[in-house]
This record gives sequence, structure tokens and C-alpha cells, in this order.
Amino acid sequence: MLLHEIKWLLKKEMILEWRQRYALNGILLYVVSAVFICYLSFNLQQGQLNVVTWNALFWIIMLFVAFNAISKSFLQERYGRQIYYYTLTSPQAVILSKMLYNLLLMLLLAMICFVFYAIVLGNPVQNLWLFGGNLLLGAGGFSVTLTMISGIASKASNSSSLMAILGFPVMVPILLMVIRVSKNAIDGLAVSVSYDEVLVLLAVNVMVGTVAYILFPFLWRS
Amino acid sequence: MDKLFKRRWWKILTIVLLVYTIIAGLLAEVPRLAILNETIRVLHFHVPMWFGMIILLTFSVVYAIRYLNKPKAVYDMYTVAFAHAGVVFGMLGILSGALWANFTWGSPWSGDPKQNGAAIALLIYFAYFILRNSLEDEQQRAKISAVYNIFAFAALIPLLFILPRLTDSLHPGNGGNPGFNAYDLDSNLRMVFYPAVVGWTLLGGWLASLMIRTKIIKHKLYELEENDVRANAFSAAQPEPRPLERSADTER
Repeated sequence: MLLHEIKWLLKKEMILEWRQRYALNGILLYVVSAVFICYLSFNLQQGQLNVVTWNALFWIIMLFVAFNAISKSFLQERYGRQIYYYTLTSPQAVILSKMLYNLLLMLLLAMICFVFYAIVLGNPVQNLWLFGGNLLLGAGGFSVTLTMISGIASKASNSSSLMAILGFPVMVPILLMVIRVSKNAIDGLAVSVSYDEVLVLLAVNVMVGTVAYILFPFLWRS
Repeated sequence: MDKLFKRRWWKILTIVLLVYTIIAGLLAEVPRLAILNETIRVLHFHVPMWFGMIILLTFSVVYAIRYLNKPKAVYDMYTVAFAHAGVVFGMLGILSGALWANFTWGSPWSGDPKQNGAAIALLIYFAYFILRNSLEDEQQRAKISAVYNIFAFAALIPLLFILPRLTDSLHPGNGGNPGFNAYDLDSNLRMVFYPAVVGWTLLGGWLASLMIRTKIIKHKLYELEENDVRANAFSAAQPEPRPLERSADTER
């Protein structure tokens, strides 16, 4: 039943996004121009960026892209329509479908961001598989956390600035782990070096997801 | 909890323990260690702040959960008061830590994972207060901030307990287990340290209890005033209220 609802809600999200393509196109353009501005402001030839800076800059761009892409997930829809969903589905299905949708969106954006970033700023990554897996975990963590935060922020009046202040501190553990693993991937270290971090990252994702799953019905009802 | 707040014995215990902590902490024999020297006495004032902060914030989360279970206004007051007290302790912890670090590590802020973790914990709770202020409706404020409180606490745990274990830290027990045995606390220090932890934590509880009790009194006063005003306005405007309006008033 729940899976069925999630499937339909996910489909609805996609159709909605496809119909108002300006939001999707906007966020794609946001990714590209953010990367390009970073490239121009460093004023560099390709591949001259220090590895630590490359890594940190990449994840900071990803963080801001995630904020911009996900913050609209509850703000976009009218209040009346949310009440309509309330009568139709369970809150768990709503939050899970939004998280899933945001995960897919984040994966797409992460891929585009990485490709374009690697083209203009060079690609020092030695272990692409670990980097890709880490990107997946990071996108998962970002989407789970920020979907919940956007749900909380949408209830308040000044939600866009609230989204940032509520979100940033909560994101820090995920961001730190992700940056560390991705540094290992860039340096081409053996995968076993990053087991600890990957495990913590997985655990954090699962924990935050579970807490969001439990708490969202309370948020929904208010 | 309500009754415990009015009891006197634990407040007397707090005072006794803290007087003992201050006198013994400043005067008792301490081990002579190379870099620490006399600054080791800050131990009794810095470390208990973290114990106090974690315990108070845990209480705050517990009451947030209880509020979601059973929405009573009192639980919301408990949640906020404990969060406030916890943040006060966190700030004192950072300040005392910066003071200590200035003498032993060379600078007040050394980018230590525990320092960063503490700063982020404070950011989370400041965001919590801002979230509360930006919600108008009282019940909605209580409910949504309770949700954020629980969510943020769940995200905070890995930060405070797991991250320092994965990196090198300047704090004792670095790189591995940041537990206390690694510190080689000698028995003289322990004699003061454990009472200090209990004393400071109780002080935090006392602080929170005072905040909660004044808030409850204010709430009751507000309600009385409200009723007064309403009754006066009502009788002045209409000496004989119609039955329909009267029933609406009593319902409220």
C-alpha cells in the first residue's frame, strides 16, 4: 500500500517538474554558472588547483546546489493542494516520495556538476568508483536531511533564510564525512582506508531518514 | 518533575558541592605537569560544562518527545527552558575552553574537532530559537520546534560522539577513545572533579527550573488578565449576554 502510494506520488512529482520545466532548467543553469564563476574567480589554468581546495570547492558548490534544488520541495505547492494530499495519502508516503525524488534530482545534478567541474577545473580523481559511490551517499544524505528541513521551514514565515540556518548546522556531519571520503578517492587510497567514514555516513543517512520518517506525520498534521 | 523543582534538598546540595568545588578546585593539591602547570584547575570548571550541556539538552529532547506524544503546554516550556540552560552551559564551556587553550595549546581556537563540534551544536540550538521566534501560533510553534529539536539532536549525536573518535584531537584521549581514563586523572583531581560535575549539572537544572516556574506563573497571570479583560469588556458592552455568545465564551 505504502509502496503503491510512493510510486504514484513520485510519478506526480516528476510530471509536475516536467510540466514546469523552468524550475529544473533554472537549477541546471545554477549548477553550471556556479561552477563557472568559481573557475573564473580562481583565474586558473586547468589542473592547477590544489587538491584540498578542489575537493572543498566541489562540495561547497554541491551544498548550495542542494539547498536551492531541495528548498522548493514543500514551498512549491499551494497550501490547499497539500490538504488535498492529506486526505488522499499517508504522510509517510509523502515524505518518502519527496526524499526519493530529491535523491534522483540530486544525483542528476551531482553528475552534471562533476562533469562540468572536471572539464573546467581539471579532474584529479584517481579512484572514480569510490568517488561516485561517495557522491551517491552524499546526495542521499543531502536529500534526506534537506527534505525534512524544508518541511519544517515551510511552516514558518521567512522560510528561505530559515532553511539555511536550520539546514547548515545539521548538514555538517554529513558534509565532513563526504569531504573526507572524497579526499581519499582523489588521492587514490585503498578503499579499506575509508571504511570507517563510509560506515558512519551510511549510519547517519539511515538514522536521519528514520527520524524524519517518524517525525514527519507530526509536522504534516499541524 | 514539578514537585522536584519545589524541593529544597537538591538546591542545598548544589550550593554545598559548588562551594566545595570552588574552594578545593582552587586550593587543593594538583599534579605538576609540564605544559598544564596550574591551568589544570580549569578542569573542574570547563569539563563539567560539557557534561551539563549534554544532560540538559537530553532533557530538552525528552520533553520534546513527550510533547509530541501528549501536547501539553507545560512540556513545551520544559523543552525551551532546558535548551536555554544547555546553551548557556555550552557557551561557558567554549569560553572556558578557549581560555584554557590559549595557555596550553597556544591559541584560543585551534580547530580541534571537539571545539568545532561544540560550536556547531550551539549553532543548531540558536537556529532552534530563531525557528521558535518565527512561528506565530503557540501550538504550531511548540509542535514544529519539538520536531526540529528531535531531528537536530539526532543529527548532533554523530557530530559530538563519533567524529572526534575518527580524527586526531588535541583533547586528551586523541585519535582513539576520548574517554576519561586516558587522562590519567589522579585521585586528588577526581576528589574534586566528580562533585564538580554533579554540582554544575544540578545548577543547570536549577536554572532551568527557575525559568520554567516563572514561565508558568506568567502564563497563569496572562490567562487571568485575559479573562478579566474579557469579562469587563463583555459586561460593559452587553449587560445581558445572549445565550449563544455565553456558551462560546465558556467553551474557550
